[in-house]
Amino acid sequence: MAFAHLLEVDDIHSHLAVKDGTVRAVDGVSFKVDAGETLGIVGESGSGKSMTALSIMRLLPRSGSIVQGKVTFKGRVLTELSEDEMEAIRGTEIAMIFQDPMTSLNPVYRTGWQVGEPLRIHRHVDTRTSIRAAADLFQKVGIPDASKRVTQFPHMFSGGMRQRAMIAMGLSTSPSLLIADEPTTALDVTIQAQILELLRTLNRDYGTATILITHNLGVVAGMCDRVIVMYAGRVVEQGRTEDVFARPEHPYTWSLLRSIPRLDADEHEPLKPIDGSPPDMVRLPAGCKFTPRCPFAIPRCAAEEPELLTVRDQLSRCWVTQAGATLDGDQGG
Amino acid sequence: MTAYVLRRLLLMLPVAFLVTVGVFLLIHLSPGDPALIILGEDRSPQAIAQVHQELGLDKPLYVQYVIWLGHIVHGDWGRSITTHQPVAIAITERLPATFELGLTALLWSLLVAIPLGTIAAVRRGSVADQVATGITVAGVSIPNFFIGIVLIFVLSVSLRLFPFGGYVPFLQDPLDSLRHVALPAIALGTAGAAINMRFTRSSMIEVLNHDYIRTARAKGASWRRVVFVHALKNALIPVVTIVGLQIGGIIEGAVVTETVFTWPGVGRLAVESIFNRDYTVVQGIVLLAAFSYMIANLLVDLAYAWLDPRISYA
Repeated sequence: MAFAHLLEVDDIHSHLAVKDGTVRAVDGVSFKVDAGETLGIVGESGSGKSMTALSIMRLLPRSGSIVQGKVTFKGRVLTELSEDEMEAIRGTEIAMIFQDPMTSLNPVYRTGWQVGEPLRIHRHVDTRTSIRAAADLFQKVGIPDASKRVTQFPHMFSGGMRQRAMIAMGLSTSPSLLIADEPTTALDVTIQAQILELLRTLNRDYGTATILITHNLGVVAGMCDRVIVMYAGRVVEQGRTEDVFARPEHPYTWSLLRSIPRLDADEHEPLKPIDGSPPDMVRLPAGCKFTPRCPFAIPRCAAEEPELLTVRDQLSRCWVTQAGATLDGDQGG
Repeated sequence: MTAYVLRRLLLMLPVAFLVTVGVFLLIHLSPGDPALIILGEDRSPQAIAQVHQELGLDKPLYVQYVIWLGHIVHGDWGRSITTHQPVAIAITERLPATFELGLTALLWSLLVAIPLGTIAAVRRGSVADQVATGITVAGVSIPNFFIGIVLIFVLSVSLRLFPFGGYVPFLQDPLDSLRHVALPAIALGTAGAAINMRFTRSSMIEVLNHDYIRTARAKGASWRRVVFVHALKNALIPVVTIVGLQIGGIIEGAVVTETVFTWPGVGRLAVESIFNRDYTVVQGIVLLAAFSYMIANLLVDLAYAWLDPRISYA
């Protein structure tokens, strides 16, 4: 293969027009995904994770646009392709599944028809063949009674089954990259585990590289080789999952990890939420965007924004850790 | 589904009952004693009583209603007071013309509304959208008789492109028939086209914001495929409601248009009968109009279930 990485996202800036200004939803994000790899993107709502994924797919909402940067996939610059060329990549080379399986399937078409559609669009097979293929895919993703299920409409499926159908749709053309945008957020905990297990199996068996977008750190820990932590449209920390989890080098990651309730903790110990609330994306503070909520902030943080630089085994956008200090529980209070 | 249709027809009975009561009372509330009209000069109380007895007018009102309803159900809708032709036949003779006009008008309104509404929704805020909106406002605000007169004046009288009135049965000469029906159909269908366009537009805008549209895009479906395959079927569900009401309203709308275009349909028959105080015919037409609304409603519900699988016949 002539390309160094499967996917390279290089300094992407995507803006959204809103009533009172412009939201820099994605503000200079860069990362790489290799074939077969699983990358997690974590962050709270509005941190730009979904917008990053939609920028790769070039499916931003009407009010949004990529204003700067480059996305390269298998050596082709996606950000420079025509809409027709992009359509030939969506659903074949890169597939995407979405957060809410209840609303992501078209209510007026049969599931088999929908799941087989990528094959009709890209492989030009006839409807009957595509629906038969959909039934095979249903079996692969664990939907029982597949040949009957393909004739049913989405409202006859449970949430977990719909998400399985969505995954089947994504896999129909054996893409090299699957982007899963919060695939388990809308599901019950037990169903979440099943869907994650399914994604893991598919990644292992088919070698499909996966970008998993989530706000759930537990999901990342169980699934991902590497992780990107996003805050206010920026990457604040990036590294191998085990490194980032063992020793976070950005106070935001540190706070996220600390806010997870632990089973082995004293039951009277209060939860440790992150103080403050996510920033107003139209009026971002100067300097590091996490400063107002950061327990480690120093004067420099509010004045000047740090770069994403190597701190020990990973990358971090923090003056404190870049200066060699360590993040520990005592300062956090 | 057959069971559903039967149940729906059964549910129509109460409505049908009310309609017949209303129409029956319409005649009895109208001023004037038929006996006086029939008798002319000889107005002795005995003669009046005799006529009342012959016509059954001496019986209690509800008995008269039951007798009348029996006739209606058996297809005996009475005879025209002026022409003495059976009402059922008078109406049936005029129905094909109204049917052709109404269907063409509906077709015209949909052919205009769905593409324009879709384009306006997909390119909302664009010049095309604004032009379409302008046409809509004009279409709804201009009364259809005025549209009719303008069409006759410009396209028939000045440009001589179309005949300015008259009806040729479709089966007799399809092409000539279409030439004759074109202008009245446009006049009758334009208001509906405008309303249908607004509905298509707003419904389409809403549908295009749904998650499943993004899913379709993520599959690599072209924008055209997304709009016409994934969005349109969803977007048409509310439009069907309005179209159903329009089907029911064809006779009503045809009253004015048929008069302007001297179109020999049920609408013009209604106008003629009203002028002639021909109550039996008016009664028949009102009944027919009411029943066509009811049938249209049933058709709308069947169309819903066909368009939206979440609605079941059960």
